[in-house]
Amino acid sequence: MQAYFNALADHLGTRLRGAEIYTASLQAEVSDFVRFNKAAVRQAGTVRQLVLSVDLIDGARHSGADLTLTGDFALDARRLDDALDTLRARLPLLPEDPHLVYATEVCSTERASASTLPSGQDAVDAILYAARGLDFVGFHAQGPVYTGFANSFGQRNWFAAHSFNLSWSLYRDGDKAVKSSYAGFTWDPREPTEKMRLAASQLEVLGRAPKTIAPGRYRAYLAPAAMQEVTELLCWGGFGLEEHRTKQTPLIRLAGGEASLHPAITLRENTRDGTAPDFQASGFVRPEAVTLIGDGAWGECLVSPRSAKEYAVPTNGASAAESPESLDLAAGDLPRAEVLRRLGTGLYVNNLWYLNYSDRAACRMTGMTRFATFWVEDGEIVAPLNVMRFDESLYRLWGTNLVGLTAERDFILDSDTYFKRSTRSVRLPGAVVDEMAFTL
Amino acid sequence: MLDDIARRFRGQAPCADFVSLRVVRERSEALTVRRGVLQPVQSGDDLGAMITVVQGGGVGYAGTSDVSDAGLREAAQRALAWARGTAGRTVVDFSRVVMPRPQGSYRTPVRTPWTSVPLAERIDLVRAECARLAIDPRIVDWQASLWNIEVDTLYVTVDGARVDQHLSLVVPNLSATANEGTETQVRSLAGRGICRQGGLEVLDATGFHTQAPRIAREALELLEAPNCPSGKMFLLLAADQMYLQIHESIGHPLELDRILGDERNYAGTSFVTPEMFGTYRYGSRLLNVTFDPAVPGEFASYGFDDDGVKAERTHIIRDGVLLRPLGSAISQARAGLDGVANSRASSWNRAPIDRMANLNVEPGDASIDDLVAMVDHGVLMSSNCSWSIDDSRNKFQFGCEWGRLIDNGVLGAVVKKPNYRGISATFWRNLVRVGNGETRDVLGSPFCGKGEPNQIIRVGHASPACLFADVDVFGGE
Repeated sequence: MQAYFNALADHLGTRLRGAEIYTASLQAEVSDFVRFNKAAVRQAGTVRQLVLSVDLIDGARHSGADLTLTGDFALDARRLDDALDTLRARLPLLPEDPHLVYATEVCSTERASASTLPSGQDAVDAILYAARGLDFVGFHAQGPVYTGFANSFGQRNWFAAHSFNLSWSLYRDGDKAVKSSYAGFTWDPREPTEKMRLAASQLEVLGRAPKTIAPGRYRAYLAPAAMQEVTELLCWGGFGLEEHRTKQTPLIRLAGGEASLHPAITLRENTRDGTAPDFQASGFVRPEAVTLIGDGAWGECLVSPRSAKEYAVPTNGASAAESPESLDLAAGDLPRAEVLRRLGTGLYVNNLWYLNYSDRAACRMTGMTRFATFWVEDGEIVAPLNVMRFDESLYRLWGTNLVGLTAERDFILDSDTYFKRSTRSVRLPGAVVDEMAFTL
Repeated sequence: MLDDIARRFRGQAPCADFVSLRVVRERSEALTVRRGVLQPVQSGDDLGAMITVVQGGGVGYAGTSDVSDAGLREAAQRALAWARGTAGRTVVDFSRVVMPRPQGSYRTPVRTPWTSVPLAERIDLVRAECARLAIDPRIVDWQASLWNIEVDTLYVTVDGARVDQHLSLVVPNLSATANEGTETQVRSLAGRGICRQGGLEVLDATGFHTQAPRIAREALELLEAPNCPSGKMFLLLAADQMYLQIHESIGHPLELDRILGDERNYAGTSFVTPEMFGTYRYGSRLLNVTFDPAVPGEFASYGFDDDGVKAERTHIIRDGVLLRPLGSAISQARAGLDGVANSRASSWNRAPIDRMANLNVEPGDASIDDLVAMVDHGVLMSSNCSWSIDDSRNKFQFGCEWGRLIDNGVLGAVVKKPNYRGISATFWRNLVRVGNGETRDVLGSPFCGKGEPNQIIRVGHASPACLFADVDVFGGE
């Protein structure tokens, strides 16, 4: 795939005229997708897709196109030639772009791994074997994901990862379930069986009579998967320079110094230890880390090249969306083994679901508990909890009411497959919080 | 082009119990002017094919952007291998599901094709509306945008079925962000709920050319407005909030694949169970809901679903009673229930699943004045900006951009950050009056997410304004 991409890039270079410049980025994957319900296959298949984004630049004018390609060089070269002709014809119709910026300093990188994945069918065999006798529902994705960048200055960046992500749930009754996952780069066929055995052992407590709590404020433990939902919402407009400069960020009070978070909160975009490419679609290479929030105070924004030009600040290699791809929340000092004791009486929340802002300026968010959420009394799990809605400000959740973060963190590979398989990841601790507001 | 791909595929299709090919070409153009600056003009040309094979009771899919002879052949063999490999291990014996063999076509009616206006003029249209949003220094961000998508789909089976469809889609938007200190307020064109099938005539029909000054003015008004009050009260929902209320608390819980459990690991299950159909009181007697693929201009109109089933208008809820689920041919066979033609995929690279399409609340007889006059104490809410609902699609909470108090049957002051929460199973029973056709709008969303692998799909929701009693309403901090 890399040779094919480089050949396309070289071909693009031969088709430029005059002072024209091009940038091109490739997103490609060959993915096996298998979804399961009731320990049987619902859908199984493979998707092979290559999408090339080309930007043709002439002076301060530019125009772009996204094209799906076949992978056959001769066919695709003709398709690219047609696309370039269309873009070239469009350029005189467009105004100069005052925020156009592209990488001119050549910085080529390569980050690729070889595949040790099983065949899709072998993975299905292992999963169905592990799930026999269980109400198992889930989704397995595996295969190579490629990202490439090239420009007419000769820069070439390449990223290739061969990963798998098995996301699944075991159901007991109704909506009472344990959710888990097995994701990584080296597949062990024994691991699904081991993980499912462990999850199945947790179903016993889900079989107890569920407890319904009245709306009110409760002490709670948010496991790393629940914390991931909180951070995903924050990533929606929380950290980008454009959102900050236009005052739309939900962290406007933190950034302005009117509010702060608990000193234990240090949040970084940690590209070095994440699984996402270290370059973005305009060819800018990312620093190893950007501190977004440090010791509870605002740090710095993610700055895309376009925002950098608009607001006259340096870029730090953010994507156009200015959203983190390798988020890292620093560990605390609370041993995970002591979570139940420190929680005392309250909610043990393994997962949250469907978060959104109920008051954006106050960074107040609402969402639901989901999957295995338990009622705990005096450090002992007593019963599964019927789902509850929370509505709470981050300034309490991660601020005044934060009791502590766990010393151990989970490294979670994003299972998102909208349009393409995600390469994002997060590294998060759990959190014990006091007086979390549950409303419905 | 699509017919050529189908012809070449038929020449090398595998021998199996059932083989279909769905070729999709989607061309798009997005024009956005933000703060007076044209954003990068990006066009898209997405072409690929999805092959489905049923063999020995198993099913396999293969999607590929390689539509060369070799690419199609390889994909067909992959799909066949998956079908063989899953035989006897699937949720249903797919050889027992009778797939249709349709013949037909569908084309969006268009009066003013997108390309009939030159690109430079299209940009000028957007630029002009963007300029009309910048009415005050406190407007700190403003943008106007137009997005056009032209979708060609050809569905064939190796034994002669053929359906071709062409959809023309237009998504206009306007938004203004006002700020003062740490108070920021956003107003947009119908809460970003305007998306239609058609050509540039959609712009006149949806207020793209007239609404910019009002949107900016209302964003400024919200800066000065008090918070929405809290308490149990009447709630009058405009069509541009109703569309999402329908979507989340009627559409999703009635999707049959959720009821069958397919989505339990991701999008969730449903509080609705199979035995409810035909008898369950979903809402008050005023609630009538239709699956209607033929409302002119509605975003998710089509002639056939992605399994080739002909789409027809069907009542889902009549006089408040739940009649049938939103379930496709495969789900119907699994559940033993009648459904609708809603097997839909986001594109060639995903296998179809049960999706709502055009799902509408039918109009009643009340004018907007009638609705307001019924309210002794309540709030009118408009333009969705926040949505959240549990995995059974029961406990929900929504927020809107814009609210107005109603006291003693009279519209009063503007309030900011209006929110409300409720439970689907009881909320619709508190529907006390339904607006007439004058209060109705045809809205939708290009961005409904569901499925594993994930799929974003287009949905349409037409609704009148509706009045609900005893709703838990509240505001911001």
